Amino acid sequence: MATGMTCGYGGTYIVNDCALWVNKGEIAVIVGPNGAGKSTAMKAVFGMLNLCSGSVVFNGDDITHLAPQERVRIGMGFVPQNRNVFVSLSVEENLEMGAFISDSNVSTLKEQVFELFPILAEKRNQLAGNLSGGQRQQVAVARALMTQPRLLMLDEPTAGVSPIVMDELFDRIVEIALTGVAVIMVEQNARQALEIADQGFVLVQGSNRFIDSGKLLLANEEVRRSFLGG
Amino acid sequence: MEIANAFALLTNFVIIPSITYGAQLSLSALGVTIVFGILRFANFSHGELMSFGAMVTILITSLFQTKGINIFPIPTALLALPIGIIATIAIALLADQLIFRFYRKNRSKPIIFTMASLGLMFFMAGLIRIIIGPNEYSFADGARFLISFRDFKAITGWDQGIAIKQTQLITLVVTLIVVINLLWFIYKTRWGKAMRAYSDNEDLALLSGINPERVVLLAWIIAGALACVAGTLYSLDKIYKPFIFTQITLPVFAATIIGGIGQPIGAVLGGFVVAFSEVAVTYSFKKFLTYLAPTNWEPQGLVQLISTDYKYAVSYIILIVVLLLRPTGIIPGKTT
Repeated sequence: MATGMTCGYGGTYIVNDCALWVNKGEIAVIVGPNGAGKSTAMKAVFGMLNLCSGSVVFNGDDITHLAPQERVRIGMGFVPQNRNVFVSLSVEENLEMGAFISDSNVSTLKEQVFELFPILAEKRNQLAGNLSGGQRQQVAVARALMTQPRLLMLDEPTAGVSPIVMDELFDRIVEIALTGVAVIMVEQNARQALEIADQGFVLVQGSNRFIDSGKLLLANEEVRRSFLGG
Repeated sequence: MEIANAFALLTNFVIIPSITYGAQLSLSALGVTIVFGILRFANFSHGELMSFGAMVTILITSLFQTKGINIFPIPTALLALPIGIIATIAIALLADQLIFRFYRKNRSKPIIFTMASLGLMFFMAGLIRIIIGPNEYSFADGARFLISFRDFKAITGWDQGIAIKQTQLITLVVTLIVVINLLWFIYKTRWGKAMRAYSDNEDLALLSGINPERVVLLAWIIAGALACVAGTLYSLDKIYKPFIFTQITLPVFAATIIGGIGQPIGAVLGGFVVAFSEVAVTYSFKKFLTYLAPTNWEPQGLVQLISTDYKYAVSYIILIVVLLLRPTGIIPGKTT
């Protein structure tokens, strides 16, 4: 989907000739050491920073020069790492805002999302800012799902949540992919993330170091030694 | 009897004026807080926006009066108000297109917006003086009192009376209608929620497909309408004088900050807090205490905390106390 991306901030290239792709209904995971440009690569795919070279193709269309808001409209959902919920809005209002551009029936969409995240249905009238970290992440993912994306992009969805919550979030992400949505995510918890990944990308200094299925990367001796801690 | 008189005195000179003034401040503070919530800057030109709205309403009112159009016993100004609102919204949007949009595109810092609004304030103050001059205008017609001082005394037989001016009731009724509708809009409708979402987290609002220019447009429409209503009610109840609106900016900002910047309900509360403090602190309690105190214990002085000349100092003091003790305001607001 994205090929030969080179980009960066203020003259220095953080991402160098990097390629990422994911198919419908599959999960792609980007892992790598700190400062490898994982989040930057993700932002580049979403158009939050301009590419110096390379292109982004979505559903067969070249969208390299499309603004992020436009990308939301054509079916790309993005969950940022920080500040990813409206803290002063209730959980339900967060979801409604996700469906802001959608013409379809918001309440049925909402019920579908609540089915996926039952805890949010319970807390629908609470302010998102008063929820725990894990629940907030669920709200963030749920909000992005309300845009009915064909590609869901998650920037470290499990940052700062407990291992139990992390497992649960990963379960939900697998369920989302099973409905036919393509998922691409950046993860710090590389081992667990690769276990659910159809496709894994190991980034080092902004370039692809290894590209393989999640299972094969987990089995790869060098990947395990260098990036998964043995 | 004595207690009844004391009560009547206090109601007439402190409670009713405070509620009326508080309602006017609340409407003004709501406008400031909404512009702050969406555009993230302290809009110093809001006072002049109020003045502009009141001015247009006055001009239209006198036009109606010469044409003999009226809605007696209700003041003609209320008939002219919608036109005033439209004119105020128009000038607010024009100012946004000509001035603030430029800084928005450049992603300027809030302080630059604030300074630009200060410039706009001076420009509008000049414009208003060119159009209507620096003099006072009293334009309240229709029935003056709902209950006059004398009638009240005749009915109750008390020494003190409670007078309710028609403009005071109009202020309250209009404020109530405006605030309820505004809160309904902000908390219940799709675009109201979008405004809150945008105010909360601009980037995420963009990711949700909310059009920022639409939100800004709405914010100015609301702020313009609120400014015109507040300015008109204030001058209808008291008097219209361009200079007052430069001064009133201070209590309005105090009310906004006390309530918690960017918090609509806070702005309403803040307006009443400032109004009650201002009136209560500058009121002479001598007569009130004379009624309550045992014979020969009457206070000698005026029992007035500070002179009315210093009423704007009250806003300053409350502002400083709030910033020291509870910098976020009554309802925690925004900090940037």
